[in-house]
Amino acid sequence: MNLHAVRAIYRFEMARTFRTLMQSIASPVLSTSLYFVVFGAAIGRRMGALDGVSYGAFIVPGLIMLSILNESVSNASFAIYLPKWSGTIFELLSAPVSYAEALLGYVGAAATKSVMLGILILVTARVFVAYEILHPMWMAAFLILTAVSFSLFGFIIGLWAESFEQLQVVPLMILTPLTFLGGAFYSIGMLPPIWQKITLFNPVVYLISGFRWSFFGTSDVNVGTSAAATLGFLALCIAVVSWMFRTGYKLKS
Amino acid sequence: MPDPARAFLLQDRRGAPVVAVTALNKTYASGLTALKNIELTIHHGEIFALLGPNGAGKTTLINIICGIVNATSGRVLADGHDIVRDYRAARSKIGLVPQELHTDAFESVWATVTFSRGLFGKPPDAAHCERVLRELSLWDRRDARIMTLSGGMKRRVMIAKALAHEPRILFLDEPTAGVDVELRRDMWQLVRRLRDSGVTIILTTHYIEEAEEMADRIGVIHKGQLIVVEEKGLLMRKLGKRQLILHLQQPLTVLPPGLSEHPLELSDDGHTLVFTFDANRRETGIPGLLRRLSELNIDVKDLHSSESSLEDIFVGLVSERA
Repeated sequence: MNLHAVRAIYRFEMARTFRTLMQSIASPVLSTSLYFVVFGAAIGRRMGALDGVSYGAFIVPGLIMLSILNESVSNASFAIYLPKWSGTIFELLSAPVSYAEALLGYVGAAATKSVMLGILILVTARVFVAYEILHPMWMAAFLILTAVSFSLFGFIIGLWAESFEQLQVVPLMILTPLTFLGGAFYSIGMLPPIWQKITLFNPVVYLISGFRWSFFGTSDVNVGTSAAATLGFLALCIAVVSWMFRTGYKLKS
Repeated sequence: MPDPARAFLLQDRRGAPVVAVTALNKTYASGLTALKNIELTIHHGEIFALLGPNGAGKTTLINIICGIVNATSGRVLADGHDIVRDYRAARSKIGLVPQELHTDAFESVWATVTFSRGLFGKPPDAAHCERVLRELSLWDRRDARIMTLSGGMKRRVMIAKALAHEPRILFLDEPTAGVDVELRRDMWQLVRRLRDSGVTIILTTHYIEEAEEMADRIGVIHKGQLIVVEEKGLLMRKLGKRQLILHLQQPLTVLPPGLSEHPLELSDDGHTLVFTFDANRRETGIPGLLRRLSELNIDVKDLHSSESSLEDIFVGLVSERA
């Protein structure tokens, strides 16, 4: 295994994060804090508890997921799209690097950034609301699994995209609506019965539900189903990205 | 190193080719056939110049060998390693300086060079990277962001990146395109030093006089086909023409019938006769021509000879297949 290459890619990507701290870390933390101020502190005070959890605390897992999904996709897609756009991808393609090693470097760095961000938001949330984490190991597992899965998803988008506009289409037009409608700010039990059923087709519901269960022990869907859905999404992303690399999709002519 | 000594060394190294291309074909999805049945062997420690007009297939050939483009069929060995089956070993031996200036604009020179070394599987070696940067006069700019460098300096950075992992085979695709005279001279000095240290250099260039000066062997590619591969000296002897230019005392209006058996051309002003001959033949025909001129009372006030440049040969080869 070319560990030097994995380390080089990983360090290169992490260096980019630290070079753009405002954009990579400070900006998502600030926008999530605003959510806490508006929904948690201001509106949340007028709302009753959901499944025995105050509204301010209830939205913590959802907001962390919202940030992690967006940041994972954005970091990983940008990481691979930028070399494609600038032409520096030639170096990766001509290097003695396997696809798995390239993935490990790029996706590893994108997932690391997302996990760092998730932890930062978790700590920030403590300033606004009181919460406890009932199953910390499961919380960490869901956090890492989601960061890795969506970094892979972002990598796929980065490989597929042929313009900066396409790079933004999936996160803005699909991912953000799915996250907002996936129970980030509410329990799906609050929806009319028909919408409760329709919502179950939204994969983000399972991520948020499982993650929220690790905090409060209550969930919209069975936690086993949530874990299986997350693992299934991870497997699907691995399969797609493997096919893309094997065929040289939009990488090699 | 004098040419005969180099020729001997090259001959000596011919045992195992450092790059062997066999029956290589490339047709793009668009239907464009970029390479047709390429057979090519590059020897250890030589400078091989690949010449050809734009779109001839030079970059496609280089990109296939380096792993950037997939071949449609055929096989390539780099230092004995199959570039597909044994890509790790093959690629670790190869360095590539592409034609375009593809750089990480926001990175520092040092960061991008050390990144390249790691990417090619080499452990960090600050001393080597420093040596490369000093060699390319980049050491003082090691902390500068690439976006702040001039085009010439960026070209040096590209070379530094390609040398960071100590490749044994270096591809230089139009390395002097758009660089000033001084930098071009520096680069060719570096190429010579690399060649002398045992690195095999394969280069493409539009400056054919540079290929003529630098290369040990020349390959000419045209419309995807390798039409000539030859030792530079041999190529120039084989395909080059020599000419004897005779400046006449009195101008001629037409070529006298008595000279019709000689391959002569009369200049428009009638003052010059140009005699083309094959220098490799025992009988060049020059003594006979001079005798004939004397018999016809055509006085010559001056004469000199010239031979084809590599550029003349290249243009001749390409145009006859156009």
